[in-house]
Amino acid sequence: MTLKTLEPILAKHPLFNELDPQYLEIIVGCAKNVRFKEGEFILREGREADTFYLIREGKVTVDIYVPHLGPITIHTVAEGEVLGWSWLVAPYRWHFDAQAIVATRAIALDGKCIRNKCEENKAMGYELMKRFSSVIVQRLQSTQMQLLDVYGIRQ
Amino acid sequence: MENNSLIILAESLQLIFDNLNSFGYQTIAPTISENTIVYDQITKISDLPIGYIDEQTGGHYRLKKHSKPTFFSYTVGANSWKKYLHPPKVRLWQIKRKAKAMEFVSEETQPPKLAFIGVRGCELAAISIQDRVFLKDKFVDPIYSTRRKDIFIVAINCARAVKTCFCTSMQTGPKVEEGFDLSLTEILDDKKHIFLVKVATEKGREILKNIPYKVATKEDENIAENIIKTTAQSIEKKLDTENIKELLYQNYENPSWDEVANRCLSCANCTMVCPTCFCTTVQDTTDLTGEIAERWRSWDSCFTSDFSYIHGGSVRVSTKSRYRQWLVHKLGAWLDQFGTSGCVGCGRCITWCPVGIDITEQVKTLRENNG
Amino acid sequence: MQLLDPMLPDQFLVKRKVNENKDTFTLTLEPLEKKSFLYQPGQFNMLYMFGLGEVAISISGNSEKPLPLIHTIRAVGTTTKAMQKLKKGDVIGLRGPFGSSWPIIQAKGKDVIIVVGGIGLAPLRPVIYYILAHRQDYGRVSLLYGARTPEDQIYLNEFAGWQEKLDFFTIVDRASKKWNGDVGVVTRLIPKAKFNPSNTLAMICGPEVMMRFVSLALQDKGLIPEQIFVSMERNMKCAIGFCGHCQLGGTFICKDGPVFTYKEMKRYLELREV
Repeated sequence: MTLKTLEPILAKHPLFNELDPQYLEIIVGCAKNVRFKEGEFILREGREADTFYLIREGKVTVDIYVPHLGPITIHTVAEGEVLGWSWLVAPYRWHFDAQAIVATRAIALDGKCIRNKCEENKAMGYELMKRFSSVIVQRLQSTQMQLLDVYGIRQ
Repeated sequence: MENNSLIILAESLQLIFDNLNSFGYQTIAPTISENTIVYDQITKISDLPIGYIDEQTGGHYRLKKHSKPTFFSYTVGANSWKKYLHPPKVRLWQIKRKAKAMEFVSEETQPPKLAFIGVRGCELAAISIQDRVFLKDKFVDPIYSTRRKDIFIVAINCARAVKTCFCTSMQTGPKVEEGFDLSLTEILDDKKHIFLVKVATEKGREILKNIPYKVATKEDENIAENIIKTTAQSIEKKLDTENIKELLYQNYENPSWDEVANRCLSCANCTMVCPTCFCTTVQDTTDLTGEIAERWRSWDSCFTSDFSYIHGGSVRVSTKSRYRQWLVHKLGAWLDQFGTSGCVGCGRCITWCPVGIDITEQVKTLRENNG
Repeated sequence: MQLLDPMLPDQFLVKRKVNENKDTFTLTLEPLEKKSFLYQPGQFNMLYMFGLGEVAISISGNSEKPLPLIHTIRAVGTTTKAMQKLKKGDVIGLRGPFGSSWPIIQAKGKDVIIVVGGIGLAPLRPVIYYILAHRQDYGRVSLLYGARTPEDQIYLNEFAGWQEKLDFFTIVDRASKKWNGDVGVVTRLIPKAKFNPSNTLAMICGPEVMMRFVSLALQDKGLIPEQIFVSMERNMKCAIGFCGHCQLGGTFICKDGPVFTYKEMKRYLELREV
């Protein structure tokens, strides 16, 4: 009875904070528990983006591989945060690598499954879209601040 | 000689110069150089700009002869007394490099005792403002303090104003009220050329020693008061100072700054001629051997791009931001910093602006576009 | 001239120079003649390099043990680059201390949240030392430190000690895979700090843009502008209110600041080119 046990976990995650229990029930149907070992890749750049993850415990780096420099970490995702949003918009492809740098537990949500449910239930789709927009906007704002390189030496 | 209001003949002003010189003062007074009124050391009243008047408007200055041989009928030129009290360039100290140390040598020079003759109401106010900045704040500027200490001031009540004058708005003139040793009002009519002299200090009374005088009558006083009143009435320019700090603080983003910035050349003239602008920069130098280093301080202007430089660039890049800084500081922030306005209404910044930007007009424009 | 000259530096001997990272170093300075020196956390000195010029540098040592003086400096201009070449036994000029200080006394009995970015950690290290020495006088103390990369972090050898007594979190803007800490902007650390918003003081130091966003994020967490303190930077030549360069609105950063409440600075942080 995995489905039953996942519901309270999902409800506790900040992404689904105070979400209509009806929607939660639908979402649970697309969820499964996952574990990643230290060093394990969760997402790979260029691959199909079909899943996203609610991190329950552990830490995941979001990296870009740069020849000569190797992988550069641009973002870390930890407990209570969300990993991945490329599943939400076409062409559903990951833009970065994501790697668990410690043993990590997460809830994996099937992106295709959720997309389909959202098509069927537009109200739920709008609610989820609002929540994901907030995640995306925060990431974008952080990225812009990082781009400013405020601590760097200006020539 | 207990009376504080005396009449002396105009030519007796020479005796005041002579007495000051004999008391060890260098006498600094208005004189003509390159067709403008400047302040310089003179010892003879014949070196005063006798019989001259000035004509000033935005970006315009002309010195002209007029029909009467008055001593003080012009107003202020580009110079102000600031150059003596807060020198344009001064060495702060020297250091000699020693084996494992440095030897700092503070400047010990004793500046000459100066007497300022012909200081106008707006200029007395400017001196008092710089006193506040350099002497009455958290720190005391030793350079200003040393120079300021022994200054003898002969003030003059303006018998004429020019179009750029607005001392009446800033409550600094034309009547001189305080901050001098002696004050003069020049009276010239068909029968006589005299000064009504007010004695404000014991030092002032001492300087009048052996100078023939008569006690001023009520009538003399009235004539002098009338001259000042007529001057005050002739002043057309106005700056409305009501709630000006709030006006400026609330209008940092007023679009009228863009308009003035289109005309402003960022040349810094206004700050150089302003008798209260006090900003400076420092230059560190070494001699050719590298054994002696010096630090010099010189006037600086908030209109330069270097002025607000911090690592990575200038904080105030645009002309607009620099003009705004100057005006908001002069008329607004100054009140928070020093409890007085930074403007005395002398009009120098209007006259010497190459494009004739008028501080009073800018305030008017802000008021019209307030909000 | 009988006046004490506030523009004349005293001589200080370089006792030690430590490189913190590739462009930042720490000088330990002992006065050659002066016997005592008192300062408050947050205050700064003017450091003079023979013939080159002066720079304003905050004091980074323990204010309860003021001598020798500790200054952490980033080599970004002519004078600071020359200072980077100083060696033990060299002599430099120093005037100070100047400016306002962090509210360490006002913060007693309260939770404290310190948010620093880059070299902004240096002006707050005296506060950290003070709090560590009087730990029982304060509630929960969080130290959130953002740096450019892990290699840019300073005071690394003190981290373990801070970890022990404070809620200490670090984050960097980007990192190689050798780093297993957080990557992102410093505001992302704020949710980790635990404090009672009605009884907390915040102290922020870093680039102006960082202080703006941190102040906003702290207000979202329930702090009011009076509870937030920032350290401002402007051009400084004299440090004693005469040169006019460091003016910001009705203040002089050198004598009224550099530490202000966010309430006082909010307006200027929102405006451009002031």
